Amino acid sequence: MSKKTHITLKVNGKSEEFLAEPRELLIYTLRERLNITGPHIGCETSHCGACTVTVDGKSVKSCTMFAVQAEGAEITTIEGIGTPDSLHPLQEAFKEHHGLQCGYCTPGMITRAAKLLEENPAPSEEEIRFGMAGNICRCTGYQNIVKSIQAAAAEMNSSQSSSSEAVGHKTTEAAE
Amino acid sequence: MKDEITRDERIDNLKGMGCSRKRVEDARFTQGKGNYVDDVKLDGMLFGDFVRSPYAHARITNIDSAAALEVPGVLAVLTAKDLEPLGLHWMPTLAGDKQMVLADGKVLFQGQEVAFVVAEDRYAAADGIEAVEVDYEELPVIVDPFESLKSDVILREDTVDENGRPTDGAHGPRNHPNHIFTWEAGDKAPTEEVLANAEIVAEESMYYHRTHPCPLETCGCVASMDKVNGKLTLWGTFQAPHAIRTIVSLISGIEEHNIRVISPDIGGGFGNKVGAYPGYVCSVVASIVTGKPVKWIEDRMDNLMTTAFARDYWMKGKISATKEGKITGLHCHVTADHGGFDACADPTKFPAGFMNICTGSYDIPTAYLAVDGVYTNKAPGGVSYRCSFRVTEAVYFIERMIEVLAIKLNMDAAELRRINFIKKEQFPYKAALGWEYDSGDYHTAWDKALKTVDYEGLRAEQAQRVEDFKAGKTRKLMGIGLSFFTEIVGAGPVKNCDILGLGMFDSCEIRIHPTGSAIARLGTISQGQGHATTFAQILASEIGLPADSITIEEGDTDTAPYGLGTYGSRSTPVAGAATAMAGRKIRAKAQMIAAYLLEVHDNDVEFDVDRFVVKGAPERFKTMKEVAFAAYNQAIPGIEPGLEAVSYYDPPNMTYPFGAYVCVMDIDVDTGVPDIRRFYALDDCGTRINPMIIEGQVHGGLTEALAVALGQEIAYDDMGNCKTGTLMDFFLPTAWEVPNYETDYTVTPSPHHPIGAKGVGESPHVGGVPCFSNAVQDAFRAFGNTHTNMPHDHWRIWKTANELGLHD
Repeated sequence: MSKKTHITLKVNGKSEEFLAEPRELLIYTLRERLNITGPHIGCETSHCGACTVTVDGKSVKSCTMFAVQAEGAEITTIEGIGTPDSLHPLQEAFKEHHGLQCGYCTPGMITRAAKLLEENPAPSEEEIRFGMAGNICRCTGYQNIVKSIQAAAAEMNSSQSSSSEAVGHKTTEAAE
Repeated sequence: MKDEITRDERIDNLKGMGCSRKRVEDARFTQGKGNYVDDVKLDGMLFGDFVRSPYAHARITNIDSAAALEVPGVLAVLTAKDLEPLGLHWMPTLAGDKQMVLADGKVLFQGQEVAFVVAEDRYAAADGIEAVEVDYEELPVIVDPFESLKSDVILREDTVDENGRPTDGAHGPRNHPNHIFTWEAGDKAPTEEVLANAEIVAEESMYYHRTHPCPLETCGCVASMDKVNGKLTLWGTFQAPHAIRTIVSLISGIEEHNIRVISPDIGGGFGNKVGAYPGYVCSVVASIVTGKPVKWIEDRMDNLMTTAFARDYWMKGKISATKEGKITGLHCHVTADHGGFDACADPTKFPAGFMNICTGSYDIPTAYLAVDGVYTNKAPGGVSYRCSFRVTEAVYFIERMIEVLAIKLNMDAAELRRINFIKKEQFPYKAALGWEYDSGDYHTAWDKALKTVDYEGLRAEQAQRVEDFKAGKTRKLMGIGLSFFTEIVGAGPVKNCDILGLGMFDSCEIRIHPTGSAIARLGTISQGQGHATTFAQILASEIGLPADSITIEEGDTDTAPYGLGTYGSRSTPVAGAATAMAGRKIRAKAQMIAAYLLEVHDNDVEFDVDRFVVKGAPERFKTMKEVAFAAYNQAIPGIEPGLEAVSYYDPPNMTYPFGAYVCVMDIDVDTGVPDIRRFYALDDCGTRINPMIIEGQVHGGLTEALAVALGQEIAYDDMGNCKTGTLMDFFLPTAWEVPNYETDYTVTPSPHHPIGAKGVGESPHVGGVPCFSNAVQDAFRAFGNTHTNMPHDHWRIWKTANELGLHD
């Protein structure tokens, strides 16, 4: 055990302040300290992506980031992506296209997909498969996940194109 | 009364069988509101974790916990010595063997549980584990089952008597101290005679490598002993919660009514979560000792290295045929590596599971199978990874033997299958190794598959590719993988299937509420299969209330009826049947109530979609909703109030789903990288309850098949070190490696199942593995390849090409 550090960060818009050891992992902070249990632990080696959250605008595997590294950061988890009364189009699309089975990867999968669609609002199938390669699903074989993301992108673009003309196209970052 | 909607609309409104109803589970999962075992939090909950052995085989001379107990936050350290007075230092496996809970004087595999550290949180537990001092004396390590059967090194002291002679095991005599069992099926002498006199005999040895189900959520539990009322509650990743309750009662002595087992949401199982693990026992003991709830959750390394591996079958086959290709006999011998303990989860009478389905989809008159189980210094198990008790091994074996025979006969492998299929009119078909196949129409499925993929066109293209390769025009070869599988699922009839003496029936209990909605509880437990969606559909069609008005509950042993759980594709064949039968009991009582309300005789009303109508007078009816209300508010002579039913279903036979798969693959000879160009999967699972969910199961099963065939393995070095303990080394395909699949179907209902359904969850894995493997092997057939072992990762494919001289 070593000395505790004072950490402040914001999760889903809410400010949090606590003392934690330097070795405390961000996923532990979220799940055990803040009771945010949407992100899951699958591998603890940043391969599976079940713990994916957004930290300051980037997809992050929270099982391999220390809480101290998130000092001052703004974090979004699945709990901050939609509400029961107003689901994110991805949440609707995953339900509609059977993009999940056991549900364990789903929070990380949707959180990553939301970021992917921000980075690239109209991805090709290949770009989706590449951009989602850091998130493992053991149940679906990905076919319906890809379909869900395509459907959500189409839905988001059709509701956006009514208000704005050009849809920005950025290069998709590879998930690791 | 006049109808405002049509009969078809009434059917649609039910969302019953046959429709792609959206899943009711998804609302919570997509919003991060699933409730998995690691989400369970109780006041004062402690966290337990294991000191694990770094050695594969060693004697333990001392365990010193003093320093660990000084670590802040550590409350207790359990060793075998603490469990021994309770008789809990060993526990029964689901295979008739027993397994150490904590190392009892020695360890038999790397990662074995040595001590259990109980602390206030995970970090303190990790600190405590570091501080436990264990003295090991290394012993010779055996990782090869053939060497094990010849070795003087006795792995298990409980397998020999005082004179060092092997004792009898749970399944008969041992022929060596490291030998677990010999299991035979079929007729040995007649088979040998057929083979000796055959026109053609093809032989092959193949290794079905060790792998692991690796669900995304690892195994874990929370044990909470309430000392005030004497009740133990155990939450956990249990594919068979009721069986776990009985086992916990039997080994702990706590009366079964004082134990409540709860399987919350489960993050995938695939066979990994059927058995009982040391973590469960230690958590229960730790909760009793500390008086506080104790949680144990595996990390990924624990999961891959210690709990429930699958396969590890060394198979030797001989298949005989006439010169025209008619198969006359099949001989199979398996050496089964079970690791340190036989911890598979097979029905008692089947120590090698349903390996005796290895005659496959073919009319083979004579066959013999023998399986020898062996101990080695590897992790214990031998579970069914997305398959019904070794069916995956059996189907891989026969589908490879068919290909090997086709090469020997210089015959097309699709045609060889066709001329040997069991014919439609032969069902029910009694197979040489004992099973009675309930139904099938293999030729129709096969013809449809081959036509859809343009099989002849593919073969022509492949032949051209070989020419182009030889002419130096391309470095890519083309493989056409075929497989035709018959599964055996839905264990099963109590007369021949039990686990630890518990008959493998299943159950459903239904309560109809006064306002016409319902709750149904089952003895199974979903791990992603969507039971809450599909079982409501069965009921909707059976009782005429909308699926949306029916809640399905599973997994709480205090409320759900007893059942043997979900694995081996048994939920739909067994619990699905119980659901239909319970629904029919509801309907029978409802019919009497409706007749009373309509003032006619019971036999003068009939059920129609969602109502009972007076025969010949369809305008006179009572809906099921109206009947439900009447059941609670009318005093009907001779009929008890209420509307409830329960059914315990013991199936008369297994079900036999089948399918035809074709995979087309391009293989880069210089890099060994396969590119799956096309995968076509035709499944016949009998009556289809929810096509959307069936397709999802097929996609997922095929992807797990791709993983196993093309790279996924649990590998050891000679020292017994597990080389594949993280997802860096253990292959799980990502979206990048996985193709799109084409799904198709035929429907051959099961004649003995109440709704004709057969189960589908495991078929794509069972049929998929040989299909991917056959595609790789077929690509090299023109260059002299007969068989290479899986997994066909890039290196091994490259090596095959290299050995065939394709890099010269």
